[in-house]
Amino acid sequence: MMHAITQLAYIIATALFIFALHWMNTPATARKGVYAGVAGMTIAVLVTWIQPTVIHHLWIILPILAGFAVGIPLAMVPLTAVPQRTALSHAFGGLAAGLVGTAKYYLWYAEGPENLTAFRMVAIITEIILGYLTFTGSLMAAGKLQEVKWVPQRPVTYPGQNLINLALLLIAVGLGVALTLHPTAPWAPQLFPVVIVIALVFGVLLIIPIGGADMPTVIAILNAYAGLAAVAMGFVLDNKLLITAGALDGSSGLILAIIMCKAMNRSFTNVLFGAFGQVQQIKAGGEEKVYKPETPEGAAQVLEQASLVVIVPGYGMAVAQAQHKVRELYDQLKKRGITVKFAIHPVAGRMPGHMNVLLAEADIPYTDLVEMDEVNPDMPQCDVCLVVGANDVVNPAARYEKTSPIYGMPIIDADRARTIFAIKRSKNPGFAGIDNELYFSEKTWMLFGDAKGVIGELVKQLAGESGH
Amino acid sequence: MITAFLVQAGAEPIAAGAHAAPAVDFWGLLFVFVLASFIGLGVIRRVSRLLHTPLMSITNAISAIAVVGSIIVAGGDYPLPIRIFGAVALFASMTNIVSGFLITDRMLKMFKTDTRRPEGGPS
Repeated sequence: MMHAITQLAYIIATALFIFALHWMNTPATARKGVYAGVAGMTIAVLVTWIQPTVIHHLWIILPILAGFAVGIPLAMVPLTAVPQRTALSHAFGGLAAGLVGTAKYYLWYAEGPENLTAFRMVAIITEIILGYLTFTGSLMAAGKLQEVKWVPQRPVTYPGQNLINLALLLIAVGLGVALTLHPTAPWAPQLFPVVIVIALVFGVLLIIPIGGADMPTVIAILNAYAGLAAVAMGFVLDNKLLITAGALDGSSGLILAIIMCKAMNRSFTNVLFGAFGQVQQIKAGGEEKVYKPETPEGAAQVLEQASLVVIVPGYGMAVAQAQHKVRELYDQLKKRGITVKFAIHPVAGRMPGHMNVLLAEADIPYTDLVEMDEVNPDMPQCDVCLVVGANDVVNPAARYEKTSPIYGMPIIDADRARTIFAIKRSKNPGFAGIDNELYFSEKTWMLFGDAKGVIGELVKQLAGESGH
Repeated sequence: MITAFLVQAGAEPIAAGAHAAPAVDFWGLLFVFVLASFIGLGVIRRVSRLLHTPLMSITNAISAIAVVGSIIVAGGDYPLPIRIFGAVALFASMTNIVSGFLITDRMLKMFKTDTRRPEGGPS
């Protein structure tokens, strides 16, 4: 009877999770998806809790309360900090999987060797390797995103790096095979923690060579790993709900990672082992290129005459917290009957969809947020393209400069607009360390300064003039 | 030394009946995994690109289904060290569930079609 109730509850929870993701296909139904997810999770927790084998209730209540105590503040972080929060939660997911796998191994080891079948050992080894490497890898990613002091922001590379990483992984897998063949050998319980340590170290080494521009892909890959670790736990515990929910998470991470890779014209292996941001050499010599600076007054006058303005936001907008000022600019332009669109590159920002969330926070209707493929055909009709803290995603060098590390990456055709204004904090090159051809085009005018300050100036100019 | 601790702890007498050899339907589980992955790929592919950040936070919360395994380990009649592992895993999963769903909802609330449209402006 209990078995039937449990299985039925798990089937309902699975269905609710699928609906939760299905409803995410449009913002109109997305919140319903959250409720479905919460319902599914509540059912799963309660039904597991009432299992007759679960007897230490205080051991469940206390961690749940602690989870609420930490989880609620974590959900209140500013939206610019969402990438690091996401990375942190991947770390928690990996940790949970690793710990349960470890506990199960020692439990079965003590209960009797017949419990440690080859199938279970393969599942446990997969679970702990994926779990622990996701744990430290995601912690590193979160540290990089949060710009924690002792975590290097720039990619860290050294000779033979990929070889060392590969060797470590092979050792971990080799030890895993040994454990699977002899799960009850006297040395097995001592060897098991070695695999854990290697997985922990591997997670760190995997992430240190990765730069900020690759973070969206890496976060998506870690998301897939966290999901797959849950799947492995499902195989360990013979639990189909874990497998289905983990598979949903895994496929989500996979699809997002593929979208991010396509948007950069790079492969998985290239992202993980390529150490972006280090490859290109600074081109010395050649003609000295000059920027044409413009004042906010001048830019405001040009903006006023436009009928179509396309704004290209990038990570710089998030750093400067400029999204609310952008909203004011949007209001000013709309008031004049100017069409304003936001062109969103898939890898703009530090995680998939980052820009959309920031602009939505600033109350910009999502109907004006347009994808790259949709906006590009309109770019020749665009009177003013305003680049706010974006760099590589509008660099025309991606089209023809074969030596550039971003060669082949699809870009927003900002250079095809009639006039381009680019807001830039300093004259230094962007995160990828590449000079941006766009800034030297004869149609481009630079607005130097903090994005928030510059847009504030633009708004003031536009508001001042409309007052007369 | 933690290893020795775990092995020793695990060696305490345990409930009778636990020694039955496990009969796990490996192929059934694999079947479920493959089918669930295909459903996942089909459903996720159609998620609006606008919502990729909330998608990631909601799948975070859903993959915290590891909570199920954690409860079984933390609340079972197992030696103390095993239960500590379970309790920490339960804490980690619960944190993901709570923060994942809350922040997803918080972000989704912000997605609006056309709010404060400026007065007098053409639509």
